[in-house]
Amino acid sequence: MSIVIEIPTAFRRFTDGAPKVNCSAATVAEALNELTARFPDLSRHVRDEQGQIRQFLNVYLNEEDIRFLGGETCSLKEGDRVLLVPSIAGG
Amino acid sequence: MSVHYELRCRECGKTWGNAPRSFCEDCFSPLEVAYDYDSLRKIARRENLAARDFNMWRYSELLPLPDDFTARNAVGGTPLVASRKLAAKWGLKNLYFKNDAVCFPSLSFKDRVVATALAAARRFNFATVGCSSTGNLANAVAAQAAQQGFDACVFIPADLEPAKVLNTAVYGARIVRINGNYDHVNRLCAQIADRFQWGLVNVNLRPYYSEGSKTHGYEIAEQLGWALPDNIVVPMAGGSLITKIAKAFRELVVLGWVEAKPVKFFGAQATGCSPISDGVKRNLHRFEPQKPNTIARSLAIGNPADGPYAIKLIRESGGWAEDVSDPQIVDAIKLLAETEGIFTETAGGVTAGVTQKLIGQNRIKPDETTVVCITGNGLKTTDAIAAEFPATEAIAPRLDAFEAYLDTQLGTTAAGASA
Repeated sequence: MSIVIEIPTAFRRFTDGAPKVNCSAATVAEALNELTARFPDLSRHVRDEQGQIRQFLNVYLNEEDIRFLGGETCSLKEGDRVLLVPSIAGG
Repeated sequence: MSVHYELRCRECGKTWGNAPRSFCEDCFSPLEVAYDYDSLRKIARRENLAARDFNMWRYSELLPLPDDFTARNAVGGTPLVASRKLAAKWGLKNLYFKNDAVCFPSLSFKDRVVATALAAARRFNFATVGCSSTGNLANAVAAQAAQQGFDACVFIPADLEPAKVLNTAVYGARIVRINGNYDHVNRLCAQIADRFQWGLVNVNLRPYYSEGSKTHGYEIAEQLGWALPDNIVVPMAGGSLITKIAKAFRELVVLGWVEAKPVKFFGAQATGCSPISDGVKRNLHRFEPQKPNTIARSLAIGNPADGPYAIKLIRESGGWAEDVSDPQIVDAIKLLAETEGIFTETAGGVTAGVTQKLIGQNRIKPDETTVVCITGNGLKTTDAIAAEFPATEAIAPRLDAFEAYLDTQLGTTAAGASA
């Protein structure tokens, strides 16, 4: 199964410049774990000391914030896109 | 004037100079403008203000403006209305409405933030500016971009109120309507800022943009005779304004312009989009995002970027957050208009309605000084209240027709009325 993780520019210095990373995970949590296993320097930017996804990092599965999908345990299917977007705009 | 400010990460404290960036590339937390207050004390003096016009630029030293900045428009300087009728009705002795419904040029407090954002856009040589917006911000960007010669491109949810769309289009701005809610628009803009070299005022110019909100707070303190209120009630969408008013008050204390005093910060949301008030009321460690469903479109941000900071501020100040239903919002809009002559948009209905609720909960007390922030104009959201005011039947242009009208309306005769 092929899942695409889209990497924001600010994260790409940890992914050897790659804007997209393919993985074969079954859940969003697994996808993030695959990503950070492959690029360990990215790990502390994705999760905080408690292992939670960082407060100011939003994770989307296709068009939806994963918090509306039950969190990072939500499952993935072939062709899904996982987006990492810093929580920067608003107001 | 040497530069006495720079961007600093709100979490890890790393400084980043001055650049169009909004988050720390080390820890990905938001950046904000930090000032060297020792330097500021030397150049910013309260007595210098007397000779300046009453608009937001009178506080220029306290804003992140470039050295060569010259004001191109008189933004802000809005009335602080001392309430009489509503204060009496609610049993308060010192109630004020800070009325940004009449902020220049586009009739909302967003004119303030756009003013500082466009100063930054000019400094960083952007030719195109834009924003993600629930409406008011788009109006402000379009108006000031037109005035200052920027190209404007704004991104809005497709279902926005027609008046707010029109009030952006008229200035010649390009409008991109997005099939989705504000949070979808917001996410797209974060990606656009990542891809294109545009000055998106609330994305990559956000630290400079949000500083403009402070002038709402400076004006309140000055209009209270250089004093802070006991309570302030602030509408919350992304949660930025309430934190910037707090920053403004802190700065005035640091500069010695007002005496230090505890101020309770109260946040107001619509029940149909209340992630911040929900977080306060349930004492959540992290707020839970919501899918907005309210007539208060300008506050309909379900995933507020400054939510964590707003929650922290409210808790630490001893304040509270509340929310009101759509019918309560409409009632509060009418009440504010009928008692104070202020016609506010739905966000102001939220703030006024929440104030009433907080008084009922005895969180706001009669002897305290309370300021309620009205941030937008009612002419922009007439759709929300139109059903309350059905068209009346027209009469013939004759005196007997008017007398008959009075009979039916008042149950009296013209002769009786004139006697």
